[in-house]
Amino acid sequence: MVNKRQIICIVCPLGCRMEVGLEGDRVIEVAGNQCKKGEKHAQQEVLFPGRVLTTTVKTKNPAAPLLPVRSDKPLPKGKLEESMEVMAKHTVSYPIQLGDVIVSNILNTGVNIIASRSMSKKS
Amino acid sequence: MITKEVDLAIIGAGPAGLAAAIKAKDAGLKRVLVLERAEALGGLLHQCIHNGFGLHYFDQDLTGPEYAERFIKKLSSMNIEVALNTMVTHLHPDRSITAINSDWGEFKVLPAAVILAMGCREKTRFQLGIPGSRPAGIFTAGLAQKLVNIDGYLPGSEFVILGSGDIGMIMARRLHLEGARVKAVVEIMPYVGGLIRNEVQCLHDFEIPLLLEHTVTDIYGNDRIEGVKVAKVANGEPVNGSESSIECDCLLLSVGLIPENELSMEAGVNIYEGTGGPVVDEYLQTSVDGIFAAGNVLQVYDLVDNVTLDGEKAALSAVKHIDNKLKKQPSEVKVALGKNIKCVVPQKIVGFEGAELTLRVSQPMENAELVVGNHYKKKYRVVTPSEVIKIALNPSDLSQYFATGKLEVSCNVREKR
Repeated sequence: MVNKRQIICIVCPLGCRMEVGLEGDRVIEVAGNQCKKGEKHAQQEVLFPGRVLTTTVKTKNPAAPLLPVRSDKPLPKGKLEESMEVMAKHTVSYPIQLGDVIVSNILNTGVNIIASRSMSKKS
Repeated sequence: MITKEVDLAIIGAGPAGLAAAIKAKDAGLKRVLVLERAEALGGLLHQCIHNGFGLHYFDQDLTGPEYAERFIKKLSSMNIEVALNTMVTHLHPDRSITAINSDWGEFKVLPAAVILAMGCREKTRFQLGIPGSRPAGIFTAGLAQKLVNIDGYLPGSEFVILGSGDIGMIMARRLHLEGARVKAVVEIMPYVGGLIRNEVQCLHDFEIPLLLEHTVTDIYGNDRIEGVKVAKVANGEPVNGSESSIECDCLLLSVGLIPENELSMEAGVNIYEGTGGPVVDEYLQTSVDGIFAAGNVLQVYDLVDNVTLDGEKAALSAVKHIDNKLKKQPSEVKVALGKNIKCVVPQKIVGFEGAELTLRVSQPMENAELVVGNHYKKKYRVVTPSEVIKIALNPSDLSQYFATGKLEVSCNVREKR
């Protein structure tokens, strides 16, 4: 049984509309791409679609109520919204150094949420 | 009144100004002064919390704050004078600057060179001329971005976003993830204004509707916006009878950016219609001697990496200018727009030291061939107006054009054989 999935390539501005044929969790065919990079992207996007999550968490700093944060690796695409709910429950103290882990191993994905800026005592 | 004599004054401490200050100091300038109206260095990067910055300059995928912090750290470790919370009120044709802050009051700066790094600002509803009532709840996308990412406010619960530039699409995702409902992104062109990556990862990922070849033709609501009228567009005009209404309590505008050049114009800097920024030569020197321009004040770039490179280039030029080492020929070459080219920077070439052209095409084209004068051709599988194209011109290629004083750039679709 072959499943077909439609993917728009993001590797270059051409934006090829590709069709990926899947048999179980095996890619058996990629069509519509104009280069090898597109084929690789299609496989990745169908089998392990990942996205870097960037958002904010609340701080105890009245001068800077939010701290920008990011995932240190791509999260599974389907976990973005659930991760946001986890982040909403967090409030962080400062000072903070860029790269400090704010939530480790979020939703058991092996991905950490880290600070995307430093926040010193006075600012 | 305090008077500060400096080698280089930089107006604006966003990515262009930061890069310029660091480069100028590295190149040996003693007295570099950065004037910034906000309370911190880094400009708009702080509110651009998404990733995608630095892919070219650092070969890393950074967020805006991460990108800014690298430059702020570097600058802070150098002996560069920074004046925050400082408003430049005048830039005079002799390059002198009048500015004001609470530490020095009104003060004067007498610089040997100036770099304009004021960036750009967003177009508003009034520049689009959208009719309808004037309720609360209409924001530019960048202002909404500041409210959500810096101040911690969600400015509405149901959004319509007009314009599919990168900021508009990135805000669509951001609002969705923060729990708001984005009911439509409305784009007048038949293609998105921003990068394809953002169309996929900001809109498709969250099933946010994209209405291409549509625009907002009316705004409803008295105290607060209650909805918009949306119409299909053909030949640049709304199509009669195609209108429908979308209820919303917030309308965001992501409809373009304008280089911020009021100060430049006061100094007598000529402005180029194609970009809205100063007319410059390949050294990024404007029409006023000793005033240079870098980053989004010069032209609105697609990537911050290009803004940084601009700042560095302007700094090196300013250093040369101060040392009397900017080598200009007695005549100049005008860079002319050929077929399918929307704008080009620089607009003139004055030296033999090589030049880098940055340009945008006027429409998306596949199988394109870019032609520069009669010495350079390059094939592209695809070109789009949303991406800046850069071309380096060698010193040896340039001399021939001084005979005619003209160098034309054009882009054509290749004939298939």
